[in-house]
Amino acid sequence: MNTSTEQTKPILTVSNLNKTYAGGFQALRQINLNIIRGEILALLGPNGAGKTTLISTICGIVRASSGTVRVEGYDTVKDYRKTRSLIGLVPQELTTDSFETVWATLAFSRGLYGKPPNARHLEKVLRDLSLWDKKDNMIRTLSGGMKRRVLIAKALSHEPLILFLDEPTAGVDVSLRKDMWKIVNDLRSKGVTIILTTHYIEEAEEIADRVGVINNGELVLVEEKIRLMQKLGKKQLMLELDQELPRVPLSLADYQLELSNDGRRLVYTFDNQGTHSGITELLDDLKLAGIAFTDLHTSQSSLEEIFVNLVDETS
Amino acid sequence: MNFYGVLAIYKFEMARTKRTLLQSIVAPVITTSLYFIVFGAAIGSRIQQVEGVSYGAFIVPGLVMLNLLTHSISNASFAIYFPKFVGTVYEMLSAPISTLEVVLGYVGAAATKAMLLGFIILITASFFIEMRIAHPLIMLAFVVLTAVTFSLLGFILGIWADNFEKLSVVPMLVITPLVFLGGSFYSTDMLPPFWQSLSLFNPVLYLVSGLRWSFYEIAEVNVWISLISIFVFMLVCFFTVVVLFRTGYKLRS
Ligand SMILES: Nc1ncnc2c1ncn2[C@@H]1O[C@H](COP(=O)(O)OP(=O)(O)OP(=O)(O)O)[C@@H](O)[C@H]1O
Ligand SMILES: [Mg+2]
Repeated sequence: MNTSTEQTKPILTVSNLNKTYAGGFQALRQINLNIIRGEILALLGPNGAGKTTLISTICGIVRASSGTVRVEGYDTVKDYRKTRSLIGLVPQELTTDSFETVWATLAFSRGLYGKPPNARHLEKVLRDLSLWDKKDNMIRTLSGGMKRRVLIAKALSHEPLILFLDEPTAGVDVSLRKDMWKIVNDLRSKGVTIILTTHYIEEAEEIADRVGVINNGELVLVEEKIRLMQKLGKKQLMLELDQELPRVPLSLADYQLELSNDGRRLVYTFDNQGTHSGITELLDDLKLAGIAFTDLHTSQSSLEEIFVNLVDETS
Repeated sequence: MNFYGVLAIYKFEMARTKRTLLQSIVAPVITTSLYFIVFGAAIGSRIQQVEGVSYGAFIVPGLVMLNLLTHSISNASFAIYFPKFVGTVYEMLSAPISTLEVVLGYVGAAATKAMLLGFIILITASFFIEMRIAHPLIMLAFVVLTAVTFSLLGFILGIWADNFEKLSVVPMLVITPLVFLGGSFYSTDMLPPFWQSLSLFNPVLYLVSGLRWSFYEIAEVNVWISLISIFVFMLVCFFTVVVLFRTGYKLRS
C-alpha cells in the first residue's frame, strides 16, 4: 500500500519562485513552499508583503520571473489546462459582474473552467453558502458579504481540489466571519485543500493547520500552527500573593521573577520548548522562603505576538 | 479544446445584448430610416441614379458597412475592456482556456451581433428601396469576413485601451471618417482625380466596393482584390491578438 506516501505527497509545490514587476519592483524572492493535501494553510504578512502576488502567480494571473509551480505534478505554465482546472480562486477585491444573476454567473464560471453544466452541483454550492434564495437576484442587489460568498460559490462551481481565498473575511462582520470559518472547515472536511490569506491573526489561530509568514516578498517561515506557538510562544506563571512583598528574596534570584508595583503579584516567565519548566522547583523554593499565594494562573503568547515579533525581526 | 469555456463566453456576451434587446433593434432601425430620409429622399431626389442604380439603393451597402465596422469594433472592444476595467478578467486569466478559445468566444459574439445588426438594416432598407442582391454568397462572405475582422480589431483595441476615451477614439476618429471617405454614400467617380487616387489608399473603399458589387455588380475595384484584402487583414488582426495574449500585453503583469 502506498496510500501514506500518496497522502504526504504535496498537492502543490512552489520552487525558487521569483517575481519582479515591470517597474522593477521585486515582489517575491526565492519562494519555496509545499502545500499538503487537505490542509488549511494561512498566509500572514503585512500589506504589500506579496501574498496576493504569490497566489496570482500560482493561478496564472501574474507571470513568474523565474521558478516553477507544480500542481499534482503538472507545471502551471506548460500544463495550464490541467492545473488551472484543479484550482479555484477567490480574489481579494470584490470583483463581480453587476447585471448578471447569481445563477448565471455561477453557470458562466463552471463553463469557463470547461465543465459541462450541472445544476445539482450549483444548487448544492449555493445552499452550502446560504445563497440559494438569492439565485435569481442580480449581483449588484446583494450586500458585500453576499457578494463575497458569490465569489466563493463561483470558485467552487467547477469542483476544484485546491481553493485560494485571498482575504476572505476582509470587511466581514463577526458573525459572518464565523460562518466563513465554518464554510472553510466544511470544505476541508470534503477534502478541499485551502490556502487563505488574512490579516486577522486569530483567524489563522482558529482555522489553520499551518501558518506561513511572508514579509518583503520572502517566505519567512512555514510551520504547523501548534508547533509554532509552542516553539515561539512564551508562557508565564502568575502568582497572586497572600501578603504584600517588599522585594523578591535573594534565594529566588535565579528565577528572574518580576514583582508587580503593589507587591502582590509575582510573574515567572518560562520557555515552553523544554519539558523542564522549573515550576515545581519554584513552588518548593517559595514555600521555603515562606511566601504564600492565593491564586495562580498561566498565560501563553498569542500568534499575534509571535507574528509581530517575526515581522519586526525580518524587516 | 475547452468547448464549454468558449460557449460560456459566447452566451455571456449574447445575454448582455438580450438585456438591451429593444435598444439594439430600435436604434439601428431609426438611424437607418434617418439615412434614407436625409440621403435617399433629400439628396437622392437630385442625384437620381449612380451607375445605373437609384441613389437610395446605391447607399445600402455603404450603410451596412458603416454599421458592421463601427459595431464590430465597439462590441468587441467593450466586451474585453469592461472585465479589465471592473476586474472580473481575473477569472478569464486563471481559467483553463487558451487564447484562441477566448478570442473565439468574444469575437464570435461581437461578430454575431454586428451581423444581426447588418441584417436588421437590410430589412429596414427594403422598406425604402427595392432590394436586389445579385450574389448572396459573396455578400455573406463580405459580411462575415468584415464582422470577424473588425471584431478582432476591436478586441485588440479593448486590450490596448486603458480608459474610456481611448476606447471610443478609434471608432469615432478613424473608422467613421474612413467610411464616409470610402465612397459609401457616393461613387469616387464623382471626385476630382487627385481625391480619386487618394481614395484607393482607404481600406474601407475596398470593403464597400466589394459589398456593393455583390448587390449590383458595380465596383470601384475588382471584387477579388476586395475579398483577398479583407482576408489578409483578418489574418493580420488574428495574429496580433495571439501575440498580445502570448506576451500577456496589458493583461498579465
Ligand atoms: N501589477 C503590479 N505592478 C507593480 N507592482 C505591483 C503590482 N501588483 C502588486 N505590486 C507590488 O507588489 C507588492 C506586493 O503586493 P501584493 O498585492 O502581493 O501584497 P499583499 O501581501 O497581497 O498585500 P495586502 O495585504 O495589502 O493585500 C506591493 O509592493 C505592490 O505594490
Ligand atoms: Mg493582497
